Amino acid sequence: MSNLLLQTPEDPANAGMTIEQREVEGLSQGTIVRRRFFRHRGAMISIFVLLLVAALVYSSIGFNFFGLQVPGWWRFGYEAQNAITNRGNPTWTLPFNFGLHPFGQDEIGRDIFARVMRGAQQSIVVTLLFGSIAAVIGVVIGSLAGFYRGWVDQWLMRLTDLFIIFPILIIGAVLGRAVGGLGAAALGIGLGFLGWTALARLVRGEFLGLREREFVDAARVAGAGTGRIIFKHILPNAVGVVIVSSTLLMSGAILTEAALSFLGFGIAAPDVSLGQLINEYQGAFQTRPWLFWWPGLFIIVIALAINFIGDGLRDAFDPRQRRIPGGTGPYRQMGRVIAGWFRRQPSKAESL
Amino acid sequence: MLSFIIRRLGASILVLLVASFLIYNLASLAGDPLGDLRGSTAPNKAALIAARIDQLQLNVPTPLRFFIWLSGLLKVFIGQFTLGDSVNGHSVLSLLGSSAANTLQLVTAATLLAVIFGVAIGMSTAIRQYSGYDYTVTFLSFLFFSLPAFWVAVLLKLYVAIGFNNFLGSPVISPLSITVISLVSGFIWMSIIGGEGKPRLIVFGSATVISAATLGFLVVTDWFMTPQLGPVLIAVLGALTALMVTSLTTGLSNRRALYAALITVAIGVALWYPLQFLFAAFPAFWLLGLLGVLSIAVGLAVGYLVGKDDRWPAARTAAITSFLVGLLVLADRLMRSWPDYLSAVGGRPIATVGANTPDLQGSIWLHVIDSYTHLLLPTMSLILISLAGYTRYARASLLEVMNQDYVRTARAKGLTERTVVMRHAFRNAMIPIITVVAFDVGGLIGGAVITETIFAWRGMGSLFISALRDPLDLNVLMAVFLVVGSFAIVFNILADLAYTALDPRIRVS
Repeated sequence: MSNLLLQTPEDPANAGMTIEQREVEGLSQGTIVRRRFFRHRGAMISIFVLLLVAALVYSSIGFNFFGLQVPGWWRFGYEAQNAITNRGNPTWTLPFNFGLHPFGQDEIGRDIFARVMRGAQQSIVVTLLFGSIAAVIGVVIGSLAGFYRGWVDQWLMRLTDLFIIFPILIIGAVLGRAVGGLGAAALGIGLGFLGWTALARLVRGEFLGLREREFVDAARVAGAGTGRIIFKHILPNAVGVVIVSSTLLMSGAILTEAALSFLGFGIAAPDVSLGQLINEYQGAFQTRPWLFWWPGLFIIVIALAINFIGDGLRDAFDPRQRRIPGGTGPYRQMGRVIAGWFRRQPSKAESL
Repeated sequence: MLSFIIRRLGASILVLLVASFLIYNLASLAGDPLGDLRGSTAPNKAALIAARIDQLQLNVPTPLRFFIWLSGLLKVFIGQFTLGDSVNGHSVLSLLGSSAANTLQLVTAATLLAVIFGVAIGMSTAIRQYSGYDYTVTFLSFLFFSLPAFWVAVLLKLYVAIGFNNFLGSPVISPLSITVISLVSGFIWMSIIGGEGKPRLIVFGSATVISAATLGFLVVTDWFMTPQLGPVLIAVLGALTALMVTSLTTGLSNRRALYAALITVAIGVALWYPLQFLFAAFPAFWLLGLLGVLSIAVGLAVGYLVGKDDRWPAARTAAITSFLVGLLVLADRLMRSWPDYLSAVGGRPIATVGANTPDLQGSIWLHVIDSYTHLLLPTMSLILISLAGYTRYARASLLEVMNQDYVRTARAKGLTERTVVMRHAFRNAMIPIITVVAFDVGGLIGGAVITETIFAWRGMGSLFISALRDPLDLNVLMAVFLVVGSFAIVFNILADLAYTALDPRIRVS
């Protein structure tokens, strides 16, 4: 352990080259971004966790893909009422003894594991639909406003204002009544049509700056049309902003869905969502806390993972955010000091 | 500038009108204004339904009914302003008034605290970039960012409220807990203050010992049941405040500012005894306001007199210190009413529901404590979430500024780190944060829906939710939307204006 702490962080293989040097070494922008992203430990762990959660959630209870029913390996359905074992307590004892109902059962015997899995499926659907729809609308509106400026900009920005003040709850309530028991897909699409405003403003700001740059003039002089300039020349330069903020939109989406369902304006019983589970079981918190912990835990894990991926992407796309790889962190310093004490030869050079 | 404001206001009113029309028609699809009556078993059901249809003019088609509602709104110009009636026949305007007051009470405290703590934490992480403290705070702020608000609120209600109330039943902290808490706090202080190896250990040790001593003192004196500060503690805490404020505003090397701050502390301590009589003689809110203003005035005067050549910095420092000492004196007075309050609420002070204890008899101090104990949990749950955002913004913003050339220039010409951070970097870093805050405040007015629902706080959010539930209360819904929407738009414009006022490089067009 002490050896690990005392190690100099630089790998001897490329000690002669700083990251900056390697970055000007004729790599494409995409490669640089990818490398920086892969170096972001939090984002890498988060991607792994997210994939793991998605695999667990979709394989366990199966799913319905446009009428094609894919069965899962879990023994209970999310609606089936089973005989209550262990008084509904979770049967999972650490580490790997799962028992019959690892997350426990509710008061009428439904398996919480299956219900949480179903809820997480819904959350993932909402998140993906919301993110992609909001990203597309936001990019189109923001780029048009930023590129054309003038009255187009004025009108589109006032349209954005209109959507900013539009209460999401009303959409949830209206959709719920119109569709009759809101599905995840309907909710995701509905939220997506409201949630693009922040992205549109960001993209507009980015376009306002980029359209004045020389490479746009060059493209125009070379005879490029408007569409080509927007999509081939400006948009690739704004892609960082788009990707980062749509990631953050998605982590917001999962919380919004949960909040809506919690208030009773999102996904409604008999279908299940993570927020709706918490709402349904919050009265039983004192007697059956596991009904409350698991859905909350899954919301946090998914949202946290998406947030970290967003952070990694931001670091990767933003060349100003260069991390200095170094061994001068405080814990490492402390480690050196303490290790020095144990070896009884505290040298000045090491404690610095 | 003026033409910009007028143009933006005009466009915004138009946006608000269009949005109200859309929402009026959409929301009418969301429910049934007669929902509760249709299922009722009252013998005069038909008459009730007819009465409500008549009162709310439900037989007018919705798009037309919007214009009836709008005409009520436009009568503001002839002094007959109305927002219509709720389904139960109450005037929407009066409903709105009381809930707006409740929401403002909830949101102001939460926003202020979140901004102050968020900016402080975010900036300290930026200064200690890539330290363990920075990574820990970053991770925690991501975690808080990912927490569902309702989940936190329910947890707070069940663990903090019930836990603390149970703790007050027998307020003893075991030696083991004291040790653990002190070690943790020592570790936190060590991470914040930073530095190299050995000084870090010294900070760690002293912070641990101070925390343990404080906790021990609190337990031994039974402080949780009969809390008070008294002149001695006020003097000690006041002196610490003076040191901290001076080191942040002018630096401790400015002796005159330091003396001015310390003199205001001495005045505060000296006035403590006479003030007790004043508090007993005139227990009223105007007295508190007056004393607040007076404390600032005294601080300014002392600073002005002491600060000889450089009066303004000393006056500023002394005024801030003086105000904080005033707060200490007030806190002392409130603490002295704590035992009364405990017995009034049966020994369980932290409330989980509502904005105040019904039928609470007693002095103004009891009522102040009562609203604080009711505000505590909803404010905490609001802060936890927004704190994370402000921390991230403040950190990013200060980092951006610290990399600017003028900061390097300031360092190069030999200014102290405090001056560089507080005078050159901090002020510029605040510009983007202020716009974010303005934007958030506009949204917060209606955004506390979940917190209000869980803590049964009768504010705008819960008004909106109950209007959207069965039976649909369109007039109430529209009134809340109007207030929230106007706030959002006005603060949006304010954010733009603040940006141009603070950053001369940006011009409005």
